[in-house]
Amino acid sequence: MLLGHDLEKSYGDRKAVAGFTLHVRPGEILGLLGPNGAGKSTTVAMLAGLVAPDTGRVAWTHQDQAVDSQANLQAYKSRIGLVPQDLALYEQLSAQSNLELFGALYGLDADRARRKASELLECVGLSDRARDRASTFSGGMKRRLHIASALVHDPDVLVLAEPTAGVDPQSRNAIFDHLEELRSAGKALIYTTHYMGEVERLADRIVIVDHGVAVAQGTLSELLRSVPARGTLELECETLVDASCADGLPGVSAARAAGTSLSVTVADYGETTARLLSQLAQSGIRVRQLRAGRISLEDVFLGLTGRQLRD
Amino acid sequence: MSAFSSLVRTDIALYFANRRAVLINLAAPILIAAFVGFIFGPSSGKTSRIPVAVTDLDASPLSQRVVAELCTDEALAVAEMADAQAQDQMRNGKLSVTIVIPKDFGRRAPSALFGAGEKPELLLRYDPSQSSASPVMRGLLAQPVSQVVGREMFSASSTSLSAWRERATASGVPPQVRRDLGTLLDAAERLQRQADAASAPQSEPVSALGAEPGKNSGGPQLGLPYTSREEPSVARAETHYNSFAHSFAGMGVQFVLFMGLDWGIALLALRRLGLWKRLRAAPLSKPVLLGSRLVSCAAVAFFVLSFVLGASMVIFGVRVEGSLIGLIAVMLSFSLFTAAFGLLIAALGQTPEATRGLAIVVTLGMVMVGGAWVPAFIFPQWLQTAIAPTLVLLAFAAVVGLLALAKFDWEESS
Repeated sequence: MLLGHDLEKSYGDRKAVAGFTLHVRPGEILGLLGPNGAGKSTTVAMLAGLVAPDTGRVAWTHQDQAVDSQANLQAYKSRIGLVPQDLALYEQLSAQSNLELFGALYGLDADRARRKASELLECVGLSDRARDRASTFSGGMKRRLHIASALVHDPDVLVLAEPTAGVDPQSRNAIFDHLEELRSAGKALIYTTHYMGEVERLADRIVIVDHGVAVAQGTLSELLRSVPARGTLELECETLVDASCADGLPGVSAARAAGTSLSVTVADYGETTARLLSQLAQSGIRVRQLRAGRISLEDVFLGLTGRQLRD
Repeated sequence: MSAFSSLVRTDIALYFANRRAVLINLAAPILIAAFVGFIFGPSSGKTSRIPVAVTDLDASPLSQRVVAELCTDEALAVAEMADAQAQDQMRNGKLSVTIVIPKDFGRRAPSALFGAGEKPELLLRYDPSQSSASPVMRGLLAQPVSQVVGREMFSASSTSLSAWRERATASGVPPQVRRDLGTLLDAAERLQRQADAASAPQSEPVSALGAEPGKNSGGPQLGLPYTSREEPSVARAETHYNSFAHSFAGMGVQFVLFMGLDWGIALLALRRLGLWKRLRAAPLSKPVLLGSRLVSCAAVAFFVLSFVLGASMVIFGVRVEGSLIGLIAVMLSFSLFTAAFGLLIAALGQTPEATRGLAIVVTLGMVMVGGAWVPAFIFPQWLQTAIAPTLVLLAFAAVVGLLALAKFDWEESS
């Protein structure tokens, strides 16, 4: 198991990571969420061995071996696969050559690198384009090749930063399927993204980071339970509606109105729903449609990190 | 070593993958060097002539001979005209120099040859925007004037010798001076008689000005005590100067140096990309990552240099007159130096934007000092000693490379 323990990193006066601890186990996908500037990238850089923490340590817990010297840093790096947010491919080289090169960088001999490259191209559905230059690939194909390049050396832990940025739903699904296969094969994955839906689908555990520290962590259901609200009511009215109709009612934690639509966050559906409909009727507002939905990870995320822009 | 060689191979493959860039890299130095070699070489034909106007206010046979002698000089385009017209043409930029031969030139110049009497003053006017033409003209004027006046002085028909003999025998002249002058004048007359005897059988017409300009009449003559011969400085006596040798070497070096800087700047640009993170995430040390860059750049630099010099040999007949092994050693060391230099400039510049400015200043300085623009022999000796030898380049390349490795930041700080 990989452990980042009490990691701290500052750039000048700015503390990017302030005492952050996380771990990931084999066969697990850890979702790492946070607004811009929360410290995700620095954490990933420390976990990938690109940046040394000011304090704290990165270690394999089962071997009790910390990354504390140049020698074991190189050994550590050979067990990590990094998929950076920006595409990291030699566009003028073929898909096969790209993978063979990355294999060579991790010490694979030419034969093994060639075999591994062919296997991975098969896995990510690019074997028929193996000899084509990466520059001729679509965005989705490049992303798949990008991920494959981090797997040539068969790492124990794969660190992915926004691996689906700019790809179509088909490619995204293909990537998800591949990542789930890796999890099944016993790999540990750390997955950072801004797409909540991806984490909801993939992650076994989720860490929400803000201001350089973990503000919440657990499974999806644990995080959903950690907030008071349990669900939402989506109402479509026949006339314009105002959020004040629902505000203040017992059981309503938040209400948002837009034209004839009203969205209400509730603690429970039963009594609160009856109370809300009664209140709307008294105000002369007739409800045309009512949908009940559960609270999402995004609600949890925004609840923990706020709605203010972080640019 | 596998990772190192893979990185080197990849860099070189990427260089050749962009065929247009490779073509430009190879063609540009060849085209410019060919042009420069043609312009400065003997194959460019006759050098341009300095346009000169002569105003002969004396119009004596002697001054006319001076004008005629000037007209034979291949470096000059001489036209005779009135002073006012000459000045007008100079103001219009059509002339570089005008020469005014004063009245009484023909009478006073022969006496002035022996320091007697007042010297006639030749007036040289020059275009201030082409001031270098004036000293050139002054030099070009010395020979024909001295030659014509000397010939006049010592010719058999000259009245000057008899005039001098009269002065030498005058009563006021001290006996010793009288004897010396008599000896000199006797010797001069004897020489002139021999010269006249030697030129007598010639049936071909001579110019109205006396002996045909530029031709020796065959016998001994008084005149300038020396002759000059111009020839280029070449490696061996039996070889001819090939201007393309200098231009191709200079341009090749200049382009390769710029190419090295380009590689350094490209490395800085790479540092901003995901690929750099990806490379750094691999278990590679700094020397491997930067060293592979250095070696691949040096390999490409050596290729470009070889191609450019090869083209000069095939197309323009440039030949290696010294040691071929020495040349290869210099090319290798320069290629290594180029790569290390590119890395160092990148390390110092830190960002592509800052590095470009730094690179231009440093490169142009190095190229100039290295003799790519003008031959290095015009520099002070200490500078030539400092820049020339291969060993100095090699040592410098090693130091520069080490500095680059030490100074290079993994992450962009700004």
